[in-house]
Amino acid sequence: MTALSTTTDKVNPLTAGQLPAYVTWAALAGALIVGGLLDTTLLSGFDPGTTAFAAAVIYLPVIYLLSRAVEGRRRAADRLATNLVAGAFLLALLPLISLLWETLSTGLPRFDAKFFSWSMRNVIGAGGGAIHALYGTLIVTGIATLISVPIGLMTAIYLVEYGRGALARGITFFVDVMTGIPSIVAGLFAYALMAIVFGPGTINGLAGSLALSVLMIPIVVRATEELLRIVPNELREASYALGVPKWRTIISVVLPTSISGIVSGVILAIARIIGETAPLMIAAGFTNSINTNPFANPMMTLPVYVYDQYAHPGVQREFYTERAWAGALTLIVLVMVLNLIGRFIAQRFAPKTGR
Amino acid sequence: MSKRIEVNDLNCFYGKFKAVEDVSMTIQPRSVTAFIGPSGCGKSTFLRTLNRMHEVIPGAYVEGEVLIDGNNLYGPGVDPVNVRRQVGMVFQRPNPFPTMSIKDNVLAGYRLNKERMKNSEAEALLEKSLRSANLWEEVKNRLDKPGSGLSGGQQQRLCIARAIAMQPEVLLMDEPCSALDPISTLAVEDLVQELKETYTIVIVTHNMQQAARVSDETAFFNIAGTGAPGKLIEMSSTEKIFSTPDIKATEDYITGRFG
Ligand SMILES: Nc1ncnc2c1ncn2[C@@H]1O[C@H](COP(=O)(O)OP(=O)(O)OP(=O)(O)O)[C@@H](O)[C@H]1O
Ligand SMILES: [Mg+2]
Repeated sequence: MTALSTTTDKVNPLTAGQLPAYVTWAALAGALIVGGLLDTTLLSGFDPGTTAFAAAVIYLPVIYLLSRAVEGRRRAADRLATNLVAGAFLLALLPLISLLWETLSTGLPRFDAKFFSWSMRNVIGAGGGAIHALYGTLIVTGIATLISVPIGLMTAIYLVEYGRGALARGITFFVDVMTGIPSIVAGLFAYALMAIVFGPGTINGLAGSLALSVLMIPIVVRATEELLRIVPNELREASYALGVPKWRTIISVVLPTSISGIVSGVILAIARIIGETAPLMIAAGFTNSINTNPFANPMMTLPVYVYDQYAHPGVQREFYTERAWAGALTLIVLVMVLNLIGRFIAQRFAPKTGR
Repeated sequence: MSKRIEVNDLNCFYGKFKAVEDVSMTIQPRSVTAFIGPSGCGKSTFLRTLNRMHEVIPGAYVEGEVLIDGNNLYGPGVDPVNVRRQVGMVFQRPNPFPTMSIKDNVLAGYRLNKERMKNSEAEALLEKSLRSANLWEEVKNRLDKPGSGLSGGQQQRLCIARAIAMQPEVLLMDEPCSALDPISTLAVEDLVQELKETYTIVIVTHNMQQAARVSDETAFFNIAGTGAPGKLIEMSSTEKIFSTPDIKATEDYITGRFG
C-alpha cells in the first residue's frame, strides 16, 4: 500500500492558532493564587468567597487577552462567553448547595425512626416526631391531586381539542390569572367556602385540599395543554380518516401519545404544591395529634409543622429547631423523590422510536 | 363495493380564503382518477373534501355538494365518521401512530373503534393488508415493534396497509409515493391496479409518468396566481389528456412549458 498523499512541510491553511490546554489551567491557578494573596494582604485574612471573586476578576481578562493574541477575536469572544456562562451557573448553584448542606447537616440528627413513628401529642422538649404531619401532608396532597387532575386534564382537553372563540379565550385568561393567585388567597378562599357550606370555623384536611387544588389546577392545565398541543395534527387526522370519532381519537390516540409527559407534569405539580404553607395554616390548621380523617378536625401538614416547631418553641429551643430542620429535610426528600418518579415515568413511557 | 362520486359546484374555503373554486366532476367507480397540477393549486384541499377531512381544520368549510352513489356527503344530518369509514385516505406525509406497534397500526381502524375481531381473522387481515402494501416481507419478524421505527418509505406503506385494512369503498391517496424509492413506487402502482378491481381510487401525483401509468382519468387543476383560487381546468381520459388535451394550459403543464 502506498499513501495517496504525503504530509509535507507546507502549512495547512485550515489551521489556526490554539492555546494549549495547560495554559488555561495555569492561568486559572495563577489567578487563584494572586487572588488569594491580594485577599489576605489587602483585606483582613483569607476568605474563600472574596478570593474566588478576585480570581474571577483577574482570570477573565487575562485569558481573554491571551486567547485574543494567540487564537484571534472569534475564539477569544467564545472563551469569554463560555467563562461568563459557567460563572453564572456556579453562582446560581451556590445557594442551592448551601441550602442542601444546611438542611442535611442540621436535619439529619433527628431524621430517625422516632421522627417517623411519633406525633407531637403530649411531647414537650426532647423526642416527638412528625408522623401526624406526614400523614396529613400525604392525605391533603392526595385529595388535592384527586380533585385537580381530572378538572385540569379535562380543561386542557377542552382548550386544545374543542375550545374556540370567546369561551376558550376566557378560560385561558382565568387560568393565567389563577396561576398568579397568592397562595394565602387560596387558603382564605377555601376557608370562606367551608364556612359558607359547613358553618363558620370549619377547619379540616378537606379545606386544605381545596386550597391546594386552587393552586394546582392551573399548573396541571398549563402543563397538559402544552403537551396536547405538541401532539401532531397529522395523528389526529390519521385517526379521523379511519372513521374514528373525535372523542375516541382523543382518548386512544392523543392522550396515549402524550401520557408520559402529562403524568410527569402532574407529578411536578404535586411537588410544587406539597410545600405550600400559608394556605394550609388557614384551612387545615394545627394539631399535635394524628388525624387521618380529612372531613373533621384540623390536620397537621409538614410545612405547617416546620413553621410551628420554629415559631412556637418551648423552653428548650434546640429540640424544636432540630425537629423543624428534620421536617424540612423530609419535605425536600419527598419533593426529590417525586421529581425522580416524574423523570422516570417520562422516560419509561415516552413513545418508542427504537426498532 | 365501489362507488361513483359526483361533485357539483364545489368551493373550498380556509376561513375567508377561497382555495378551490367551482369544481364539478364525476369519478367513475372501479377506476383510477389522477389529479395533477402545480403546487398550491388545491389538489390536497379538494381531495380532502371527498371524505370530509377538510372541515377538520379550524375555520375551513365547503360549499356545494359531493354525491357518493347519489348520497350527498354534505347533506343535513350526515355524520362525517360514517363517511370516513367508507372513504379511506393515505396522506402526503406518513403518519403512523407512534404509540402503537406495526401490527396495531395496521389494525388501528378496528382497534380504535373497539370492534371485536377473532384473533385468526385479525392475523389474516394483518398479513393480507401488509402483503398488498408490499411490506409484509420486511416487517413480518417485528410486527410487535413500534411503527415509528420504520424508514420513511416503510412508514408510508404501513399507512397504506392501515387504510386498505379498513376495506373502504373509495381510497384517496395524496401523493402516496413522494417518499418512496422506485421499487416501492412500482409496488404501490401495482397495488393501485389491483385495488381498482374493487375500489374507486383517487390519486394526487406530481409525477406525470405515474399519472399516465396508473390512471384511467386525469384531472388537471391550475391556479391563476397567488391568492387566487385553484380551478379544475380539464378532465377526461388519461390518454386524451396526455396526447391531445383540449386546453392549452394543460398541454403546457404536461410538456413542461409555463408562462
Ligand atoms: N390549513 C390551511 N390553512 C389555510 N390555507 C391553507 C391550508 N392548507 C392549504 N392552504 C392553502 O390552500 C391552497 C391549496 O393548498 P393545497 O395543499 O391543497 O395545495 P396542493 O395542490 O395539494 O399543493 P402540493 O402539490 O404542494 O401538495 C394553498 O394556497 C395553500 O396555501
Ligand atoms: Mg398537496
